[in-house]
Amino acid sequence: MSKWNLIINVGRCENCHNCVIADRDEHVGNDFPGYAAPAAAVGESPIRILRRVQGSAPMVETTYLPVMCNHCDDAPCMRYAGDAIRKRDDGIVIIDPEKAKGRKDILGSCPYRAIVWNEEQQVPQTWIFDAHLLDQGWQRPRCQQSCPTDVFEAVKLDDAAMELKAATEGLKVQKPELGTKPRIWYRGLERWETCFIGGSVSADIAGAVECLEGAEVTLSQAGKRLARATTNSFGDFGFDGLRGDGSTYRVEVSHAHGSVWRDCVLSESVYLGELRLARPGAADSRGGADA
Amino acid sequence: MVAIRSRVNRQVLRTILFALPKVLNHTASRAPAFAERLKQHDVTAWIGLQDGSIGRIVEIRGGKFRSRPGTAAEGEVVMSFKDVATALKLLLPNRDQGEIIHAAKNFKVVTTGPDELIVWFTQTLNMSETAGVAMGMPMPDGSHRFTTCTNGGPLFVYVKDGRILRVTPIEFDDTDPATWVIEARGRKFSPPRRALVAPHALTMKSLVYSDKRILYPMKRVDFDPNGERNPQNRGKSGYVRISWDEALDIVATEINRQKRVHGPGSITFPMSSHHQWGNVGYYLSSLMRFANLIGFTRVAANPDSWEGWYWGAMHHFGNSMRVGVPAGYGGVEDCLKEAEMIVFWSCDPESTNGAYAGFEGTTRRLWAKELGIEFVHIDPHCNPTAQLLGGRWFPVRPQTDAALAQAIMYVWVTERLYDEEYVATRTTGFDEWKAYLLGETDGVPKTPEWQEAETGIPARDVRALARKWGGRKVYLAVGMTGTGFGGAGRGATGAQWARCMIMMMAMQGWGKPGVNFGGLQIGVPHDLHFYFPGYADGGISGDLAWTGNAVNNYQRMPHILTMNPVKQMVPRQQLPDAIITGHATGYLWDGMAQEAQFAPFSYPMPGYSPIHMIYRYGGSSLSTVTRSGRWVDAYRHESIEFVVNQSIWMEGEAQFADVILPACTSLERWDIGEWANSGGYAHHGVNVVNHRVITLQHKCIEPLGESKSDYDIFTAILTRLGLGAVFTEGCSELDWAKRVFDSSDLPGEISWKKFCRKGYYVVPPEKPELRQPVDMRWFAEGRRKDLPEPLPMPSQYAEEFGMGLQTPSGKLEFVPEILKRNTADNPDRPPINHYIPSWEGRRTTELTERYPLQMIATHSRYSFHTSMDGKNSAVNQVEDHRALVAGHRFWLLRINPADAATRGIGHRDLVKIFNDRGAVICAADISALVTPGVVKSYEASAEFQLIEVEGETAEVGGCLNILTPDRSQTRGTSSMAPNSCLVQIEKWQNADAFKMAARRRRKS
Repeated sequence: MSKWNLIINVGRCENCHNCVIADRDEHVGNDFPGYAAPAAAVGESPIRILRRVQGSAPMVETTYLPVMCNHCDDAPCMRYAGDAIRKRDDGIVIIDPEKAKGRKDILGSCPYRAIVWNEEQQVPQTWIFDAHLLDQGWQRPRCQQSCPTDVFEAVKLDDAAMELKAATEGLKVQKPELGTKPRIWYRGLERWETCFIGGSVSADIAGAVECLEGAEVTLSQAGKRLARATTNSFGDFGFDGLRGDGSTYRVEVSHAHGSVWRDCVLSESVYLGELRLARPGAADSRGGADA
Repeated sequence: MVAIRSRVNRQVLRTILFALPKVLNHTASRAPAFAERLKQHDVTAWIGLQDGSIGRIVEIRGGKFRSRPGTAAEGEVVMSFKDVATALKLLLPNRDQGEIIHAAKNFKVVTTGPDELIVWFTQTLNMSETAGVAMGMPMPDGSHRFTTCTNGGPLFVYVKDGRILRVTPIEFDDTDPATWVIEARGRKFSPPRRALVAPHALTMKSLVYSDKRILYPMKRVDFDPNGERNPQNRGKSGYVRISWDEALDIVATEINRQKRVHGPGSITFPMSSHHQWGNVGYYLSSLMRFANLIGFTRVAANPDSWEGWYWGAMHHFGNSMRVGVPAGYGGVEDCLKEAEMIVFWSCDPESTNGAYAGFEGTTRRLWAKELGIEFVHIDPHCNPTAQLLGGRWFPVRPQTDAALAQAIMYVWVTERLYDEEYVATRTTGFDEWKAYLLGETDGVPKTPEWQEAETGIPARDVRALARKWGGRKVYLAVGMTGTGFGGAGRGATGAQWARCMIMMMAMQGWGKPGVNFGGLQIGVPHDLHFYFPGYADGGISGDLAWTGNAVNNYQRMPHILTMNPVKQMVPRQQLPDAIITGHATGYLWDGMAQEAQFAPFSYPMPGYSPIHMIYRYGGSSLSTVTRSGRWVDAYRHESIEFVVNQSIWMEGEAQFADVILPACTSLERWDIGEWANSGGYAHHGVNVVNHRVITLQHKCIEPLGESKSDYDIFTAILTRLGLGAVFTEGCSELDWAKRVFDSSDLPGEISWKKFCRKGYYVVPPEKPELRQPVDMRWFAEGRRKDLPEPLPMPSQYAEEFGMGLQTPSGKLEFVPEILKRNTADNPDRPPINHYIPSWEGRRTTELTERYPLQMIATHSRYSFHTSMDGKNSAVNQVEDHRALVAGHRFWLLRINPADAATRGIGHRDLVKIFNDRGAVICAADISALVTPGVVKSYEASAEFQLIEVEGETAEVGGCLNILTPDRSQTRGTSSMAPNSCLVQIEKWQNADAFKMAARRRRKS
């Protein structure tokens, strides 16, 4: 039995909000009996875009993460709400607009905060995967249709095939530890979950401070070398994919023009700023903890 | 033979008159809308020859056409033709519009009778031709699919049971032509076959059904045109509903009174720079035609999109017809094939969309990323384009860009990283510029170290960028299209920056492969020969002087000329001052020639009355004009006897009107338009979208409430002045849309019937071998100009037509001859582009102590200026646009964490941003995306809301232009500089009082 899944390509989202507005357009003022009551013209959106800004000027990386109802196979809301919420054979979860009337309590049952309350209609609502459109023959939901950068990819596969695809392509779900078995998969979620350490290497060359290209930078932790990088034409380097678990890392640069090292504690991404090489033996051979 | 033909033709005419009612009744029986129309009025018309020898009464009575013999004296409406030949030209099918207009202009056909009846009768006759045509397509789900176009792209509009169900981006089908392919570096690139529309386009439905729609005419409660007018209460008093008749009577009576009492010039029609889409309804079309028929003081717009380019850069290279910006032809293919790097300088197309192109360019930039082309972003804000593409961010301080540019050029000079051969053969004045850069003229070498104190960019980064750039194939993307517009151009140093951009390209060999302006936002390989007019090409205006009408539209779509006989003008940015102080001086935006900008014009002009009546079309000034608080005082000035506001929503300036006329949206009226086609000052502007899409903008639903289309409002007012027939030419908006269709190249490709049903046409792309050459390639190679643009004018070439640029030397001039001739005595506009720090920036020490932060308020991302903001639209609730705090949607102010921390401001706290000009309350958005010392926000709040809390007055709508200076960038120009603005911010001390008051209101 093939079922609907949505893959979200992290890193391609630019926060344009086309998906959010398309969803509003679809549901505000429209009643789809059996699927969803009209959405409020003024109210919370069932599709949200989270923002993560890492680093500091000039090394800033921004990631946007669209989140919505995960249409979980083992949905906490279904366990809580009884027959007010049902799961279709194709995997889509629907909050019954009639049976769920007045059930504001259902909101708290979702660990993803994906359910919004419609005050006017007195009913909890989610992103319904545009089930009503898919049932009419649409091949993809509206968010995918309106996205300019191909963030969304709706796929209809049986569970085994989807599991294989997820394993092969490194697709991840939100909060897997809860065991909810979401049908929204994220490609490249590392960009949202991991951190980087970066910096800009410079050196005094012929009386002027210059960006140093081609310097070798090493990342180590407790004396163990983890990774190596080479600076680009702005002297920039970056180590990503790191866990922001509060541990300490050391960055070291060595070059014919000199050397420098810096320690930093990583709980969120760090831009170390300018790392100016000091001549060997110089009194201020710069090292120390990151400010 | 002649006698026989004459007898035959006379019989043909008699037959037509006899058969006309039968034909029309048959149409009514097939088209219910036409049958309904016929029931609206009874009218007795006489149609025949002026000598009375042939003629018949044609009447509509009880919804049916009838005809009988009769004389002209019996007709309420009399349509008489000079001769049979004229009559047949106007009555037979397949009429030539040129013949009809000629006959009307030369009185070979004369229609007399009550104007309202003539308009209704002639529009009804025209309607018979369109009434039976099937509009749109039925859908399997029971809805009906229409089409429209917006400032953000073309849409399908689905209607069910008389209500808009949804709007979606247009997606092409397999009957639409194949899409172009570009081959670059061994790969093939082709864009998706759908419209990548902007978020504000998808908001359309929420705009139509907004609860802020004005649904009936209104009059200010304390305004009595025959008694006390109380101008001082504008913006304070409430409104009462009135009928259309009363509203139109007041307006028409006031127009006549103004002319009688004050004379020409006392009426002015301020309008905004943009409009809902569509050639017929655009302000440069219907509004201009309407205003010309009344006579008015023109509000001369400053070149808002082209600030810096028009007043400065243009003099280095020409392109006055493009208001001083480069064209961008062929840029997409050339960049993808050749470029190593794109430097985005004050260029954020992910926010500004190339104006109208939605995300069409985004796809192309992602191809560049795939190809490994590097990116650099120069902007005080790590903007959405930088966020999406990655690449090195240069967080330059606002309005110091010229210093950064000069330092880069300094490195190019000293390290010989520029195209010396190009400079020697294609440019003039380089030695003088070089001397300035090296410090030989003022003792200050423009080194990277020198600029660091100005810009905040480390010297080493500047050197690294200069070395990555100099002598390499680099595309320089500036402003909205990548080839100019907006951004850093809109500040005290705007012209300095734009001039530097030209000079940098001149040093690198502008036009050579991979060396050009653009960021893949412009320069798509379209068939540009396919003719369809843009919104600035004249429309139905009849105006030859102030639109692009004379170039093509006036010949292709003959229509009756209109002219504004009032020569008096008032500069737009100084309009409030002109009202308050009674005078203003301006400098013209005129693309005819570079010299047109040097002569000042004055208001008032001898012979004309000063302004006493404002007919405001729209209402966005409070958040789009600098130091906009002036508008409050202007509206309340005693000299302003009458204010009309014609708007769709109750927002902005509507609250300052005496009479409010409710207009409807473009989805409630007929129109026709091509995506991103402005024409006029942006020739071939469609070069930004991936497909040329021409849409019939269906009337999808009836206007809500009592709202009417602008065209119908103008018709109703002019009819009271006896000018309805002249304005309409007997046509409805749908008739005009058909005339536009007929004037274009569409009839050769698609029938009107098919176009009405399908709703859109995609122009096939140009054959690869015929694609436009790359902009400036001809110049770089020393050839004759080979681009399809009708500029410069023949007299503007230095020596030989088609050879060289629009400059006195024909070359790129580092020290413009035109400035040497005209501004040598103006220290603000030196021929050698000295760095002059901003007059309201970090060097303005008398202000920086109190106002230490620089504010930039740029083009809104989710709204198209004010169009989608406010009014509880879908955009209004986007959390990256406004934040919901205590039940109010506050405008966002983006702040650096360090600046926030020193002021104890937390994320989403309410902050007051203020200077001597006023105070605005915003919600804080704190992130590292803004460089310290800068606060970043947007212009164009649709809401203007002054409140008093604990004795403090503040504006809570988000109109940041209250805080911006109204000073021109430089003396001798009418230019705006909103991005030179010093402010202070603090956590709003009255936030709690505001929240408590809001809580109380919610509870009550």
